Amino acid sequence: MSDNKDMKYEATPVYPHSVPQKAARRHAEKLTEDAVKNSSASAPNGDDSNEQYSLNDDRRVQVLSPGALVAKRFFRNRLAVTGMVILLLMFLFSFVGGIISPYKQDQKFYRIDQQVKDYAAVIHNEDLVYTVADADLFRGPVQAQTLLNIMRGNESFDYNGSTYDLEKVNDGLYVVRVGDKVVGLANRETVSASDVGGSFSFDFTMNALLAHANEEDSFEADGKTFELGKDGVITAGGEEVGYVSEYIIRPVMSDVFLSRDFKTQLIDAVEAKDSEFNFKDENGETYEYVLSFDAAKNTWNVKQEKDTRVFDTYASPSKEHWLGTDRNGMDMLTRLMYGGRVSLIIGFIVVIIESVLGVILGGISGYFGGWIDNLIMRIVDIFYCIPSLPLIIILGAAMDAANLDSYTRMLYLMLILGFLGWPSIARMVRGQILSLREQEFMTATESCGISVPKRIFKHLVPNVIPQLIVIMTMGLGSTIITEATLSFLGLGVRFPFASWGNIINDVNDTFVLTNYWFIWIPAGVLLLATVLAFNIVGDGLRDAFDPKMKR
Amino acid sequence: MWKYILKRVLLSVVILFFVAFIIYALMRALPTSYVEAMARQKSMQPGSKSYEEWMAQLAASYNLDKGIIPGFLGWLGSMLRGEFGDSWKWTIPVVDEFNKTVWLSFIMGAVSFFFEIIIAIPLGVIAATKQYSKTDYAVSVIALAGISLPTFFFASLLKLVFSVKLGWFDLYGLVGRNYNQLNAWGQFLDKAHHLVLPIIVLVVVSMGSLMRYTRTNMLEVLNADYIRTARAKGLSEKKVIYKHAFRNTLIPIVTIVGGSLPGLFAGALITETLFSIPGIGFASYQSMVAGDIPFEMFYLMFLAVLTLLGNLLSDILYAVVDPRVRIS
Repeated sequence: MSDNKDMKYEATPVYPHSVPQKAARRHAEKLTEDAVKNSSASAPNGDDSNEQYSLNDDRRVQVLSPGALVAKRFFRNRLAVTGMVILLLMFLFSFVGGIISPYKQDQKFYRIDQQVKDYAAVIHNEDLVYTVADADLFRGPVQAQTLLNIMRGNESFDYNGSTYDLEKVNDGLYVVRVGDKVVGLANRETVSASDVGGSFSFDFTMNALLAHANEEDSFEADGKTFELGKDGVITAGGEEVGYVSEYIIRPVMSDVFLSRDFKTQLIDAVEAKDSEFNFKDENGETYEYVLSFDAAKNTWNVKQEKDTRVFDTYASPSKEHWLGTDRNGMDMLTRLMYGGRVSLIIGFIVVIIESVLGVILGGISGYFGGWIDNLIMRIVDIFYCIPSLPLIIILGAAMDAANLDSYTRMLYLMLILGFLGWPSIARMVRGQILSLREQEFMTATESCGISVPKRIFKHLVPNVIPQLIVIMTMGLGSTIITEATLSFLGLGVRFPFASWGNIINDVNDTFVLTNYWFIWIPAGVLLLATVLAFNIVGDGLRDAFDPKMKR
Repeated sequence: MWKYILKRVLLSVVILFFVAFIIYALMRALPTSYVEAMARQKSMQPGSKSYEEWMAQLAASYNLDKGIIPGFLGWLGSMLRGEFGDSWKWTIPVVDEFNKTVWLSFIMGAVSFFFEIIIAIPLGVIAATKQYSKTDYAVSVIALAGISLPTFFFASLLKLVFSVKLGWFDLYGLVGRNYNQLNAWGQFLDKAHHLVLPIIVLVVVSMGSLMRYTRTNMLEVLNADYIRTARAKGLSEKKVIYKHAFRNTLIPIVTIVGGSLPGLFAGALITETLFSIPGIGFASYQSMVAGDIPFEMFYLMFLAVLTLLGNLLSDILYAVVDPRVRIS
């Protein structure tokens, strides 16, 4: 019987009924032994060796308060102490860890990633396209007729009462006239502006194309003179304004300027049917480009391999991020710390709400009895019957529909959990008070004329505190589980707030489940350890408060 | 005895009445925008009724146009007549969806309950008889760990180990890919195979409390005077424990086991959802998230009835098993 052994060191006066007789006797024996030793030590000459200390003398007996007794018994329970240590570490981790951590709760991290992005598109004109001067006379059907007659080698054709003359400059350029008036061109080469979105007048286009076909090195258009290089570049006063080419090159992003050099090299690469080419820009930086041909659009897509800043998602554990990063590129360890804070705070607030409601209602019910007791106990029965988890899920879904922000949600969550959790506490308090109020000290308070609220809350409730602490400790564990479950389902604590439940939520993604253990296992282990520790401590406290139980 | 049962039944009916009222009031108290948004969403679906029709249907089934008390009484009346309306999410009558899913949940619950009992009770008894031994500590820690283990975390761990790493089970679902090619026996085995992990989860998560309960009660019985008498008579320890102590421990255990029988129909919301097992828990979860009010109301009422039935059953069983209760 280990308890007897334990009791030996405890003061007897406080809980006389709780000390088995044998232990008490042994205790007394030890005391006398001590007394003898003490007296002989203090009086070596034997003068006052007969002096007797009274039993409750401080010099002989260390009197322990009930609280100290409980603490002593608690700390002798190795399992409970382990739980306590775990809890302590958890609190440090959650509340101090967040301060020590170099990162913030919602700090996002980036990494440089090589990404292939669409950069430019090259279209090769192999067929004749039409440049229209007179939209009325050179409409679609006329264009089709033009092509037909060019293929047949005709030099003129009639259509819709007009006679169209085809003047062949070379294989890739025909001028279409009605009478003397030029109505359009059928051309293979096109004139593109160097500026993005720039366009040229028909006059300019025609003159440029004609000049290029005739290999002249300048032409006049719109009253200005332009120079034309052999490679098709049109310049005005040394400044490039456009170019003539069979290829149309367009950047994908409107803010990208494609230099002439780049275009020339790109066309070379396209003509050589390369699938990759490198280009060194003016700053001496080399970029890699990937070419792919899209047959449906007769287009080469040019992709650039470029360093891009992206969220550092699901990074493996490293020196900077001991537990890696999560889906949003946030440091996992820091999230866990803040998550613990949220989980613990929610647990505490909910349990406090539960206890306040439970103690008040249970206290009233137990003290007054009769119809009040009956009424409150029926309310408790009703609350027991309400299925809480489905109800909270429904309310969570309703909060979703109402688009509540994360903070308000959290508050509501605590209120709901607290409001649904009080009946068990009320029942326990009532049971205890029912038995306590029959005891003599309550008769004493009544005869002293102490007011009823004072009698309940000052004399009855303090006697319920031990059981209350036990039930609260256990309740903390279960509340944390409930909160985590809800957050896991996405109905509890929401991003940007972290909670252990919503950190594990990522596991719903099978890819995370299989590949990123560091995302969800640490959170789960912390959760399990905390809840287990609360339960163990609760158990230990129960044993410590009530030594009779542990016989 | 009969008087006692009748009293309990009547009390349960009264409680159920109030629970129903609270559930109804909560449904009414949901922001109206919620109901309307749900109706609007419904009406957006191709081939659906118009918004007005949905609202009219809602108003008709839940008497939204009347005051809260007459509305509640009307709704209660239709419930008593067995008219639960059509589920929005499943687009069939609520009762049909319930019938479709509840039996799977019951089978799952019953199997796991069976394992729970044959594991938890012997372990609890052993722990109590060898109090303060290593076995006792091990059992206590296992029981506490079971209670503390979050279902979703444990399920995810099992999935990682047995489905992903070892590849023994599928991650989700009740049936495998080639279910339709199998014969009846093969189909049965396939389903059973898919239920292994969920049942393990249910057993581990729920056996802790029964274990502790058994241990505590057994300890209490072992400290009783009649056990001392039995020992004093010189009975063998085996006889003392299994004939005298265990039988008396059975009284509270039978009541609590009997009381949780109705709960087997309730379904395991989280486990079923995690494993996508089409039982009542999963169905109700989907309904809740989708805002399927008719199904939610039915399910909440169903759970309330189950809880009351459980309490009633354990009260009655207590009276049946323990003659002392009957006399007083």
